Amino acid sequence: MFTLLFYLPFLLLFTLGAGYIERKIAALIQDRLGPTEVGYRGLGQPLADLLKLLQKESMVPTAADKVLFVVAPAWIFVVVFAAFAVLPVTHTWCGAPTATGVLYLLAMASLESMGIFVAGWASHNKYARLGAMRALLQFMAYEVPLGLSVLSVLIVSQTLDLQAIAAQQGPSASVPIYLLGLKGINVAQWGGVLAWNIFRMPPLCLAYAVFFVASLVACHRAPFDLPEAESELIGGYHTEYSGLRFAWLMLAEYSMLLLMSLLGVILFLGGGHTPLPNLPGLPLAIWTSGSPGTWVGHFWAGGWLFSKALCVILVQMGIRWTFPRLRVDQVIRLCWQYLTPAALLLCLVTLWWQLLILG
Amino acid sequence: MVATPYIGIKNCYAMPSPQHPFQVFLYNLGTLWGSLRLTWQHLRKSLGPRSRNLPMTAAAYFEVGPATLQYPHERLPVPARGRYQLHNAIDDCIVCDKCAQVCPVDCIEIEAIKAPAPIRKTSNGMTKRLAAARFDIDLAKCCFCGLCTTVCPTQCLTMTPEYDYSVFDWADHKIPFAIMTPEEVTKRK
Repeated sequence: MFTLLFYLPFLLLFTLGAGYIERKIAALIQDRLGPTEVGYRGLGQPLADLLKLLQKESMVPTAADKVLFVVAPAWIFVVVFAAFAVLPVTHTWCGAPTATGVLYLLAMASLESMGIFVAGWASHNKYARLGAMRALLQFMAYEVPLGLSVLSVLIVSQTLDLQAIAAQQGPSASVPIYLLGLKGINVAQWGGVLAWNIFRMPPLCLAYAVFFVASLVACHRAPFDLPEAESELIGGYHTEYSGLRFAWLMLAEYSMLLLMSLLGVILFLGGGHTPLPNLPGLPLAIWTSGSPGTWVGHFWAGGWLFSKALCVILVQMGIRWTFPRLRVDQVIRLCWQYLTPAALLLCLVTLWWQLLILG
Repeated sequence: MVATPYIGIKNCYAMPSPQHPFQVFLYNLGTLWGSLRLTWQHLRKSLGPRSRNLPMTAAAYFEVGPATLQYPHERLPVPARGRYQLHNAIDDCIVCDKCAQVCPVDCIEIEAIKAPAPIRKTSNGMTKRLAAARFDIDLAKCCFCGLCTTVCPTQCLTMTPEYDYSVFDWADHKIPFAIMTPEEVTKRK
């Protein structure tokens, strides 16, 4: 319940902030200046945009399926927001105590794609419908590698609870943490980056690469933003949306981005644990962690979790403004022909390593 | 200062001729990495100073900073003798109507009133015998050829460096230069 009270306002603020940062970064990459007029360095621009969206008329096209058209934006945001229920905020500030948290989160993330399909289909517009079809095609393509790359973490951590997965990557781990899957090098007390899941076994590092690409496809981020593709489909599934409903869609889009980054951070990048390891005579990890349950502990854990997620998002923004959009068939081929076999192989290697070497 | 090439995608080497799938994979990785580096270089340089103070011949002209000119706040310098908006110093104007006759788009409208005696001497010594009841230049029609300024015998009609005179109504582009009030016009008539 308290997690909801944290995440709902946080998502609103994050959407405003990320919208500003995204525009600013895009501008700087393209040798422009971005928003400069509203407030100091244009910091008030997202608020101005929000005000504009709030006072605009929410149109419903004559030919649209009215009920679905109105319901779809709320649906998309609600399922993404529902997925946040299981995410932990800090070590002791848990999300909903669900033993199958990862499964639930992935299911909700899939429902988001279905909502996008409904939004595009209900608009009864050729561009929206093309976007809807592309959303479904992409949905079929990314689910398998995403699920398989998550599975290889689950093989190692042997739990579906996100809180437990995060806890296994720091000093408070209930299981020994072997560096690079080498039995005998227990780095639980070293902590820091050495205890993160990407270094817990060699294939997990590659699994994160697969997860990262698949999560880009899942968030419909460029170079995989085929369902909206503003340069060819105007706005794809949200072509017909305006006003407050468009604001819902934007909110859902950025929430999805944050959701996937947080999931990647919790599964692979140590959750709320510090990246600085304890060195002999220099206990950096202790200095930058605080004890769990105290205010200092909450501050450090939440700070690390969200700053890591924001770093991932910054990388995704850089990628968005660098690579050109892939064609539909290229996305399908990338996902089915390269990512899926790679994820399967990584899954098998992880399984083999876990069973035979760590036994 | 040695001009260094701004951005070179160093990883973007030519594709190896025997295209083994693994070579293609490495090549693709190289181009992806090279593009990200390119992005990063632009981002880093955009945070730095702007290039607008450099002369265009400078080697670093295209290397430095964002290219945006924040127009209402900053302007590109125009020549001191720029030939944009027309201006008429009406005290010097002898209302000879030459400019109106030479104008290819008929944007100058003049109404003259004969005076019983010379009104005054102009700055270059000519005698002004006509008063201008109306001297309107419609800048919405003007084609900036400058013929009117060439034929002007007293050089009172000039082109100024002012170029930003947008208005909301086209009628506002018709600029009256005559300074006579209606009472003065009736009196002179």
